[in-house]
Amino acid sequence: MTTLDPHVSSTHPDAAVGTAPDASTASPSADALVNWVTTADHKRIGRMFVVGALAAGVAVAVIAAVLGLDRADTTRSMVDIGAIPQFFAAYRVGLVMCVAIPLMVGLSVAVVPLQIGARALAFGRLAVTGFWMWLFGAVVVVVSIAANGGPGGGNQRFVSLFQTAHIVLALGLLAAVVSVGATILTTRAPGMNMRRVPPFTWSVLVFCLGLILILPAVVGMLAYTWIDYRHGRAGYGGTKALSTWLGFAYSQPATIVYAIPAFGFALEAIATASRRRLPMRGIAFAGVGLLGVAALPAMTRSQFGLERNVFNGSFSNFLNQAIPYALFNLLPVLGGLTVLGVGLLALAGKPPKLMSPLLFGFFGAGLAFVGVAGSAVAAIGDAKLGGTVYEEAMTVLILGGAVLAALGAVTYWSPKLTGGTVDDRKVLPLALIGALGVVLAGVPYIIAGFAKQPAAAMAFEYGGPKSLWNILAGVGHVLIALTVIGVLALHLAAARRTDPAIDDPWDAQTLEWATPSPAPDDNFSAVHSVMSPEPLLDLKPGGQS
Amino acid sequence: MLALPAAPAAAPRRQILVGTALACAAGVALIGSMIATWVTFRNQALNSGAKWLPKGVAVPEVASNVMLIAFLPACVFAQWAVYSAKRNDNKHVGLALGLTALIGVMVINAQAYIYKQMAVPAKGGAYNSMFYAITAVFLVLMIIGVIFSVVTAIRYLGGRSADREVVSAHALYWYFLAAAFAVVWFVVYVTK
Repeated sequence: MTTLDPHVSSTHPDAAVGTAPDASTASPSADALVNWVTTADHKRIGRMFVVGALAAGVAVAVIAAVLGLDRADTTRSMVDIGAIPQFFAAYRVGLVMCVAIPLMVGLSVAVVPLQIGARALAFGRLAVTGFWMWLFGAVVVVVSIAANGGPGGGNQRFVSLFQTAHIVLALGLLAAVVSVGATILTTRAPGMNMRRVPPFTWSVLVFCLGLILILPAVVGMLAYTWIDYRHGRAGYGGTKALSTWLGFAYSQPATIVYAIPAFGFALEAIATASRRRLPMRGIAFAGVGLLGVAALPAMTRSQFGLERNVFNGSFSNFLNQAIPYALFNLLPVLGGLTVLGVGLLALAGKPPKLMSPLLFGFFGAGLAFVGVAGSAVAAIGDAKLGGTVYEEAMTVLILGGAVLAALGAVTYWSPKLTGGTVDDRKVLPLALIGALGVVLAGVPYIIAGFAKQPAAAMAFEYGGPKSLWNILAGVGHVLIALTVIGVLALHLAAARRTDPAIDDPWDAQTLEWATPSPAPDDNFSAVHSVMSPEPLLDLKPGGQS
Repeated sequence: MLALPAAPAAAPRRQILVGTALACAAGVALIGSMIATWVTFRNQALNSGAKWLPKGVAVPEVASNVMLIAFLPACVFAQWAVYSAKRNDNKHVGLALGLTALIGVMVINAQAYIYKQMAVPAKGGAYNSMFYAITAVFLVLMIIGVIFSVVTAIRYLGGRSADREVVSAHALYWYFLAAAFAVVWFVVYVTK
């Protein structure tokens, strides 16, 4: 039975929503600029988010490399000692608010409407407003930190400016997230119920709902600290305590939520590479949902860990801690394990097609899963890993994995988003270099964490080759930066080429590949009726099983 | 290729309603997280034997109670607008939206009155800064509610009377405001 029905309709409900003005009727320079600023074309908004986040990613990786290499020698410092707290602040805030979240939001904005057969993004103007708020907020946050503002900063005006800009940044991301969430819930093609949405779209929905819980908590905390900082600083402990109050947004379990789309993309790439329907979709979707459980402890700023010596106390005390621990730390682990298990099951049997999105997605989700599992270990008090670089390692593995998967997603969907096709043979080595970079950036700090190297500190002493661990971590970040630069350069070169990409270069299964490359302004010329989770596969020879 | 089935009718859109629901969920997370932090700080202060409410500060309970009571007619008026919109009764829709906005302005005025009566300096302790932060955030949500009422009225009375969904979304937002203020009222003005 055919499951895709191109039903031409001139009265599609999305037809009037959010299409950019026709640039051909405008004068080229000023009107083109206005189009960029006010566009409601989700592909363009998504591209702006992705390019901005990847550019920030290079900068953050360089900062992390400097910090890693600087910690290799505790007797000398490459940067001014007074600026060290600002470097750590720039790294943490940048990695989360300027790279990981906007990268995932950008991909969601760009890809989700295409995947669900919508002609436009719901509230396109809200999404573009969100982008400009994010960009403005991110630039001001970076400037504030550079001018000795930010957590631990000494410049009063710039600390205050940092807090204000951070609120703007968070509200911008929230606006885009609401837009994407409403799109998934309201603009799916006829017949595409929630069990038929592609895995990436499902993961984006869970991601959006998670951010709708976490980002307002960030804004609320900033409102408290902002007023407190401007008036006496008696309640929240001034600038040094900013990291304490905002730290929940930059560490586990919140980072797990930010990486959820990486797992969805991995499933998407695995299904395409294996050239078969994804088995046990329901279980895989449940796994993605379990990862979203991490949003609850994140928004309540609690890790629900096990206190030290919990096994020596009473059984009721153990249960009081073990049940929340299992719910909020082990369920996300189970979710990640489920997703990867289903993915491996799909890859079993006939060998998959070797493609760079598969490598990026698989390595990205795999490394993020290691970070999720490692975070559950860190929540056990007897492990004594709190306050060490072990937690930093988990953040790097989770968010580094997310960035890797996002690079794969950019490569996978580039024919639809830019019209360019990147030579996959050139991207494949970058996937390996990127994975190696994340491993090097994270794993040495796991070892150093067990050896009690303190987090965010330049002076420490412990037995073992501490210089080696820190140099390796620095080199890892350099490799990540090189990977991002390499992927960006290949895509920019591909976008400049005049030969258009073919419509379905990966021999994929989902709806976005049913439209030309690059996708036209209104995405689809026809309203599709969907009757299976793999509508495009059904139309292909041998796909009617 | 097999014969293609006809596409079913497009599903109801309800984009504005769903978008508003998501925004309200974000609002619940915002107010909820701030209230939770307030309660944590208050408990810490009381457990350590310190005073939470600054000396000499009295909460004007009449004004805060009136604010809470005002949300009842506000919600009734917002729902009245939905009811009238379904019956294409433009005059009553306009009247109901106008009254909702008027109550919103009244609540904002009452909040300003509370600020003046309490005269708590923003400087001085955790209570002071947290009181202003949480009430100011709610004030911003109230201003958004008033603007929502005005924009809905202009859209509706300006001729987009078939667009009833926005009136329902407006009512949903005011229900959220009422629920949010009920929590703020209980924690900040009653249990303090």
